[in-house]
Amino acid sequence: MSENSQQPQARISPTILLIILAALALSLAALSFAVSVLDQNPDAAWLLLLFGFLGMAMSTYMLLQTRRRLAKLRIVIPPVTTTIECKKCGFKNVREFQRGDYIFKEVEPCQKCNDKMLITAIYREVKEKEKQRFPF
Amino acid sequence: MYVMLREVEGSLYKLKYIKDEGRKVTIETIKEIGKPQTDPAARVDRFLEYFTIAPQNLDPAGVVWKLEHILDVRDTRFKDEVKLMAPSADETQANNLENTLEAAMALNFIYKVIRHYYLLGKKTYSLYVIMQIQMILPLIMKEAEAYASALKAFAYGQPIGDGAGALVAAKLMHGHETRKIAQDCVVATVPFEGRTAFVIKAEGPGGNVGKPGDAIKAVIEENGGKIGMVVMIDAALKLEGEELGEVAEGVGAAIGGPGVDQFKIEESLVKYHIPINAVIVKEDIGDAVSPLRKEISDSMDKVMERIKQVVLERTKEGDKVIIAGIGNTIGVGQ
Repeated sequence: MSENSQQPQARISPTILLIILAALALSLAALSFAVSVLDQNPDAAWLLLLFGFLGMAMSTYMLLQTRRRLAKLRIVIPPVTTTIECKKCGFKNVREFQRGDYIFKEVEPCQKCNDKMLITAIYREVKEKEKQRFPF
Repeated sequence: MYVMLREVEGSLYKLKYIKDEGRKVTIETIKEIGKPQTDPAARVDRFLEYFTIAPQNLDPAGVVWKLEHILDVRDTRFKDEVKLMAPSADETQANNLENTLEAAMALNFIYKVIRHYYLLGKKTYSLYVIMQIQMILPLIMKEAEAYASALKAFAYGQPIGDGAGALVAAKLMHGHETRKIAQDCVVATVPFEGRTAFVIKAEGPGGNVGKPGDAIKAVIEENGGKIGMVVMIDAALKLEGEELGEVAEGVGAAIGGPGVDQFKIEESLVKYHIPINAVIVKEDIGDAVSPLRKEISDSMDKVMERIKQVVLERTKEGDKVIIAGIGNTIGVGQ
């Protein structure tokens, strides 16, 4: 359940993937054929070009869609930080959370005055996307 | 209908992934902390299917005590199971493991309910069966994602958003002597703006909500009902559009859960005619069960200021007040 969680298995069935790839191959074939017959039969070539581009766009879109769904399955948890403070001299240290940390736990002595330091905060910072502005 | 089914199916894949990851994290944590002699996987699987039957309420008189009894039995059973699964875990770790298992249980339940409606919709070709689940799917997914991030917080013993109340109480009682007042609850007598404050919170730093109802009742009885005011601090669900960590003030018992503690608090307050005020910290369900957000942590000073203001305005010097920090105290000492 961490950032480096294993990627989930592809949920798209092999048959559908095969169909998409076949459609992509056919579209490419139609495009190349259209280019070769452009001089002899321009009407058929334009039609083939249209179908080729359409087919290619649709199959690429479908492939991208399946990739996007897989990417969405990852559970990303932002890092949690621990703030340690010295009550005597006010020295502050911020480090990554370690198992066993808790708020008001006494930890290692202060680097400046050698007094006991205290965990004063544990939190995660989330960088939020630009919020959509509403008039209310 | 096909589009709706596909949408539910997609979410079901995601739920299955989250649920399996939850189970994996739980088993790994038990192995790491509890050092069991045998593989805990089978026991965890059995635990995930655990259920609680609510008491019969055809005759509502006395239902609160029946519910409390059932919840106590459930709690004892959970604690025993955790001890069996993780024999080397200390009390704090055992409490955290219990919370981890509960989050995994919630994920398992959500997955099974959605799967039920999906399969039922497919089987019956009923638009209404599938439509009702499709319509609330975004909210369910949000909740499932919240539990997924809660799992890690519980496994590591990190403070969560729900612990905002407990954190305020901890800040108030830090440096003062504490004593046990009720099951998993501590109280400290703290001089506060010329008044005597009895600050109550669940005993940390293990994942625990304690029994604040019993604790408040005990403090009131100890003082013969001579309490000037009760102030309760808790995390509350925010509405869309409200700021995370926003502080609001009101009256009434600010406490969630099944209602047993709220009932007990209200009973004690009515008996001695004690006024009750509440200060809440607003957050959404995702923030409530996942590691504490900076915005909530930063709002603690505002909460303290509001409590001070309420106490100064509503009580006289020399009065006794109860300040109760409600919520899961995971990752918060005292």
